[in-house]
Amino acid sequence: MTAVHGGVLGAAYLAASSPVHRLAPHLKLVAVLGFALVVVATPVDAAWSWAAYGGYLALVLLAAAAAGVGPARLARGLAIEVPFVLFALLLPFVAQGPRVEVAGIAVSESGLVAAGGLLAKATLSVLAAVVLAATTEPRALVQGLERLRLPSLLVQILMFMVRYADVVGGELGRMRVARESRGFQGRHLGALKVLGPAAGSLFVRSYERGERVHLAMLSRGYTGRMPGGPATAVPAQDWLTALTLPLGAAAVLASGLLLG
Amino acid sequence: MHVPDGFLDAPTSAATAAVAAGGVALALRGARRELDERAAPLAGLTAAFVFAVQMVNFPVGAGTSGHLMGGVLAAVLVGPWTAVLCMTVVLVVQALLFADGGLTALGTNVTLLGLVAVAVGWAVFRLLAAVLPKTRTGVLTAAGTGAFLSVPVAALAFVGLFAVGGVADVAVGTVAAAMGGVHVLIGLGEAAITVAVVGAVLAVRPDLVHGARALRRATLLAERPASVPAGAR
Repeated sequence: MTAVHGGVLGAAYLAASSPVHRLAPHLKLVAVLGFALVVVATPVDAAWSWAAYGGYLALVLLAAAAAGVGPARLARGLAIEVPFVLFALLLPFVAQGPRVEVAGIAVSESGLVAAGGLLAKATLSVLAAVVLAATTEPRALVQGLERLRLPSLLVQILMFMVRYADVVGGELGRMRVARESRGFQGRHLGALKVLGPAAGSLFVRSYERGERVHLAMLSRGYTGRMPGGPATAVPAQDWLTALTLPLGAAAVLASGLLLG
Repeated sequence: MHVPDGFLDAPTSAATAAVAAGGVALALRGARRELDERAAPLAGLTAAFVFAVQMVNFPVGAGTSGHLMGGVLAAVLVGPWTAVLCMTVVLVVQALLFADGGLTALGTNVTLLGLVAVAVGWAVFRLLAAVLPKTRTGVLTAAGTGAFLSVPVAALAFVGLFAVGGVADVAVGTVAAAMGGVHVLIGLGEAAITVAVVGAVLAVRPDLVHGARALRRATLLAERPASVPAGAR
């Protein structure tokens, strides 16, 4: 397996050897989760909330710079947000409370505040998650979750899913090529007659592959756990590096709460 | 569709995270019963299947397309506990690798799309499957209705959470009406796709459809050899 494998799951990974790439995956998971918790805990209606968002943004951009994740990658990662942007844009119009005039339109003040906070918080956490996905391979993420004591069966399922998502996705892609080379155009509801059975046979193939994989693994001594080396100790320096992001954010939040 | 970070306040997120953790813990025990020691590879591959099918855009009509959520489909195909695990794993991967759905909102997303959608869909499915005749049509009707209802119910559960821990004071009635209305339409798509896929699997490998075990027993009892007239082949 090469460092970069194509396919959907590995697409977010950016092969490099920045300090962020070299951190143990479970440290990065803790860091990103801690950062998201601090961002979410920021009160929306405080006067200093936007200063705090600015501080968080600076921190996460710093992390992105240290990881060598460029602005283009960050912007592409943000595309996932579009549905919430639409929802947030609606909020000022549907929320209750006193109205304020913005560009000649009366909108709810609390709705406007909530929408702003929502967009800021979602954007910040998406940025942090993009940095995580760009610096950590899917396989390493699963190992990190295992290190964080996720139940073993769940880790195994995740591992199988991560390893076979590209295989199943590839199967789906070949089916699509086969359909379209026979002139299929799915433009109306009638296409379900073709797509339904295609998805059905994809399930049958996936399930049967699962049975084959299981038998093959049993014959190689699989006991329900992936063999792995002993967990390597993480130096305190690494913890410090990883926790810069959440601790910095917590410092911003604390100074806001104390001074604001 | 996935709830991002900061949408619900901290107590609500923490409460849904606890609910999700409890539900997943139950599902981990239940899935071992459904799939014995093969649970990990089969649930993993089914999760990969759900993930892949979620990427297929099915035409809904009028130029729009939608994709499957797959909770009820997975429940009918491999059983409800395994389906909960599959949805959980898919949501974890989407949150970690695609930033789709917030990390702090993961518990909320697992509760809504994993627990609520699968539980409601499966309950409706079992109820209807018990009442309806034990035929292919009966199973498909039950699966379609379960899939249809699971979507608006999950959406209304989200509205309930939003009423309790939302960050904006929106009239709950308005949100419920809007979300319910939109998700009734999405539910129709979910039902159509679920019926199409379950029907296709029933046609080729009925033994793989967990929700159609009753059907399988009925076929086994049919006196097949005697009813085939000589020279029919």
